[in-house]
Amino acid sequence: MATKASRSAARIMMAPAVILLLGWMLVPLTMTLFFSFKRYLPLRGDSLERGLDWVGFENYARFLSSSAFWPSVQTTLVMVGGVLIITVVLGVLLAILLDRPIWGQGVVRILVIAPFFVMPTVTALVWKNMFMDPVNGFLAHLWRLFGAEPVSWLSEASLSSIVMIVSWQWLPFATLILLTAIQSLDSEQLEAAEMDGAPALKRFWFITLPHLSRAITIVVLIQTIFLLSIFAEIFVTTGGAFGTRTLTYLIFQRVIDGQNIGLGSAGGVYAIILANIVAIFLMRIVGKNLDK
Amino acid sequence: MARATTTRKKIAWTALAWAVGLLIFFPIYWTILTSFKTEAQAINDPPLFFFFDWTLENYSVVQERSDYMQFLWNSVIIAGGSTLLGVIVAVPAAWSMAFVPSNRTKDILLWMLSTKMLPAVGVLYPISLIFVHFGLLDTRIGLVMVLMLINLPIIVWMLYTYFREIPGEILEAARMDGAGLKEEILYVLTPMAVPGIASTILLNFILAWNEAFWTLNLTAASAAPLTAFIASYSSPEGLFYAKLSAASTMAIAPILILGWFSQKQLVRGLTFGAVK
Repeated sequence: MATKASRSAARIMMAPAVILLLGWMLVPLTMTLFFSFKRYLPLRGDSLERGLDWVGFENYARFLSSSAFWPSVQTTLVMVGGVLIITVVLGVLLAILLDRPIWGQGVVRILVIAPFFVMPTVTALVWKNMFMDPVNGFLAHLWRLFGAEPVSWLSEASLSSIVMIVSWQWLPFATLILLTAIQSLDSEQLEAAEMDGAPALKRFWFITLPHLSRAITIVVLIQTIFLLSIFAEIFVTTGGAFGTRTLTYLIFQRVIDGQNIGLGSAGGVYAIILANIVAIFLMRIVGKNLDK
Repeated sequence: MARATTTRKKIAWTALAWAVGLLIFFPIYWTILTSFKTEAQAINDPPLFFFFDWTLENYSVVQERSDYMQFLWNSVIIAGGSTLLGVIVAVPAAWSMAFVPSNRTKDILLWMLSTKMLPAVGVLYPISLIFVHFGLLDTRIGLVMVLMLINLPIIVWMLYTYFREIPGEILEAARMDGAGLKEEILYVLTPMAVPGIASTILLNFILAWNEAFWTLNLTAASAAPLTAFIASYSSPEGLFYAKLSAASTMAIAPILILGWFSQKQLVRGLTFGAVK
């Protein structure tokens, strides 16, 4: 059906988007790769004009062997894993709850989704000050009300506090997608199972959960990609202190605070590889969906 | 009898759902409420839930003290500009992929998606270097371009999924009636595509408004949007909860309202059509 003329027209129409994205991907990526093999400390007088020393894989090795590396990997895993578990488990429960016939369903849904639209810096600052402040925060008031000693959340339980903040932010996303998936579940199947006397828990385990598995996979993959690059939430709460330095934040500090571009770039290459491993799985699912 | 139990069940579920909903929404409610208190009331123990002297003072203080309007204007320009520019570039691309697909279309779409997965921190230094070189640091035009590029894959994908739902037969019918490419686009496709384009604009405006990596790292004073304005409250002096709340409320209110209209598009846009 498509003629030769329309094919070349199509190519021309696609060109701007493809060229822009190609440039956006290749230019900085090439530069990061280039820097990662160089000694580049602007504060010690290294500059592009005078040429940079080639150091081979030294930056890569040093990034891995630095004492901050493994803790940052651990922090990243705990943060991403913690948020994923919380958002998926609560998301499934909330999706089931919101799928029930209740009064004011639309309003409840709006209340649940709202956190997703709050900008990350507001989320982080509001939680940090108005809720988690050990003296004047709302949680401190609440703790005192029950006669308990208020907790200094962001210094004593820093990582779990950030996990909580980020979970609050991403729970709406998980809920919304799982709710959309649940609504496409054939209710006749559930009713039939109910008539056959299958208890609620079994119906959930053998019908609802398998139906949701694809949506859960998608939620996990997409959130992982976004969570791996969490930045503002750490930047304005702890600034990477108290064991909240993730891989992303470590690279940020190497480049911006430490002004060690070579080392930071090597870290950046690791981060890119890591993100791509997750991305491959996501692409497979999305790609399969395209064929339909 | 059976009916009574169903009603009772419904009441129980409704109560539970509302309780959970209000609990999740509480931090936002608390922020909005605190913005109408004085600083002393804001830290009062026990917390004041409703009965206090409502004041608008914080709003005027925040506006006077920090050029709030400039930050707001920067946010509008950056989010709006990047979205519009992105749509202008993406509409022809998505259109051609949806209606004149070749066997490479799928690969191109997936490749575009993969650029979205590039961790920003990995290319932070190169981008700042380019920005310094071209004098783009702390300019709105620079941020418009960066945010346009990071959201372009989502824009193309969303438009593509919308366009694909437009039946091809309509195009054929139009062609038979002698419509050229121009008429086809102007009179047949555009009216059918408008709702999809509108939702795409809506969601991407929200994403750009809330973007907080590049907006924090590539701006200083003159191009800083609301994300950076709020971040400046992270090293406060004295009592500031009420003012922080007022500033936050102003920064999130427009997006909360827009966001409520975009629930459906959110699922489609952020799952790349994998969940509908």
